[in-house]
Amino acid sequence: MQKVNLCDACSKEKGVQDPTGFALADLLLGIGAAEEIEKGAATERCPVCGYTQADFKKTGRLGCSSCYATFAEGLGTLLKAMHKGTEHVGKLPQRAHRAVELSDRMRTLNENLQKAVAEENYESAASLRDQIKQLEHELAK
Amino acid sequence: MSTAGEWLRGEGPHHQIVISSRVRLARNLRNRSFPGWAKKAERTSVLEMIKPQVEELSEMQDSFSELLQDLSALEKQVLVERHLISREHAAKNVGSAIVMNRKQTLSVMINEEDHLRMQSIRSGLQLKQAFKLVDKIDSALETKLDFAYDPRLGYLTACPTNVGTGMRASAMLHLPGLVLSELINQVIQAVSKIGLAVRGLYGEGTEAMGNLFQISNQTTLGEKEDEIINRLSKVIETIIEKEHDARQVLIQRKWNTLSDQIGRAYGVLTFAHAMTSKEALNLLSVIKLGVDLGAFPEDRRLPIDELFIDTQPAHLQKSSQQKLTAEERDHLRAQIIRERLKVFPKPDISKLAKETGNGSAPSNNE
Repeated sequence: MQKVNLCDACSKEKGVQDPTGFALADLLLGIGAAEEIEKGAATERCPVCGYTQADFKKTGRLGCSSCYATFAEGLGTLLKAMHKGTEHVGKLPQRAHRAVELSDRMRTLNENLQKAVAEENYESAASLRDQIKQLEHELAK
Repeated sequence: MSTAGEWLRGEGPHHQIVISSRVRLARNLRNRSFPGWAKKAERTSVLEMIKPQVEELSEMQDSFSELLQDLSALEKQVLVERHLISREHAAKNVGSAIVMNRKQTLSVMINEEDHLRMQSIRSGLQLKQAFKLVDKIDSALETKLDFAYDPRLGYLTACPTNVGTGMRASAMLHLPGLVLSELINQVIQAVSKIGLAVRGLYGEGTEAMGNLFQISNQTTLGEKEDEIINRLSKVIETIIEKEHDARQVLIQRKWNTLSDQIGRAYGVLTFAHAMTSKEALNLLSVIKLGVDLGAFPEDRRLPIDELFIDTQPAHLQKSSQQKLTAEERDHLRAQIIRERLKVFPKPDISKLAKETGNGSAPSNNE
């Protein structure tokens, strides 16, 4: 380790930040968390709630659910270090559950449609198209 | 509100060692600022959306529902001592609320760190049952409220340490055997290594008093709710075994130390005229151990368990109906303990005996 004494102006010039500046993020989320958070662009601000990266670094908390998307870059490594896995495998809200179910059904229908077309089974293709249309209608709800 | 909740009286599995099991779920509304960042008006509007829905739950019939600004500092502290609200929530004011059922087994904090913190408490080791109830409440509420949820990250929470399941499952364990035989640090270290947290009586950053320890899951992402609960339950069952083993070793090899501890605790509690809450908890813990091991009759268990709560600062303050200084509290605490112990027989050290597993100690009806 090398110790350097810098005056206020020099330290600014060399980009050294206030060493007493306290990042609660390090305390709450583990050492190195504040640095991780900074990896995203420093000016980034959540479009939904106006929370900034500096706020996140200072508090170790996020501003709203959209912040997870806004600060995704810095959060990724943090979450990996903090948890058992990087993806949720637990409970799904019914609403989300329904969306997953519908999109699964849509995928199966599309696959069957392609198969039917390839096999020149036009009758079944027509019925599949109808079902897809109906499902699209449901999804749009 | 006048008496402590049902979970204290309950007789759940392993209730001699596991005081209570708790499971809480954190949920937030989509695209609304989390309580710590929201302005007062937004917090209030979120509260107005959530509170009626919580009150309408069938489990919350005849519930206790209060805005935090309408509770006195003392009332808040009583709720903290009963583990119905967190210390953080007690510090809240306008824009926050608490809704709980009459039995005090289910409590919902609105606008704590997250928009919703739902918690279920049971006596003994009943994490699965506690989860079942809080999961049911969650499923009922999600049909009315749009919860922030991401297919990859799960439930989104104010603090990234809760993201995913938003679930914290914890059990309060009474481990005097492991403390007296100086094995507790080993246990704490082993538990911390496998991603579980050990804390003191009132959660994060609190001291272990009265040989009481809270064990909970540390991580919330990448594991299913029931997997987390099963893992935690297994570890707790192992700790229970270790505690029973430690007690047997104490009886067999440290009879003198053990009987001395129980005798001293009884002596001090019976005759002291001033006592801090920390000293009271530590001594009551030894008496509780004495009940478990047969030195006191089994029917003395409930009065001791009640004293654990009733000697806490806010509960004392509440019972006296007037503002007390710390010194007056210590005096009153000693007085209440002396009165309740009047009907207590002296410890019968000759009955210190083998425990019968998770059931009750040998009955000693005088």
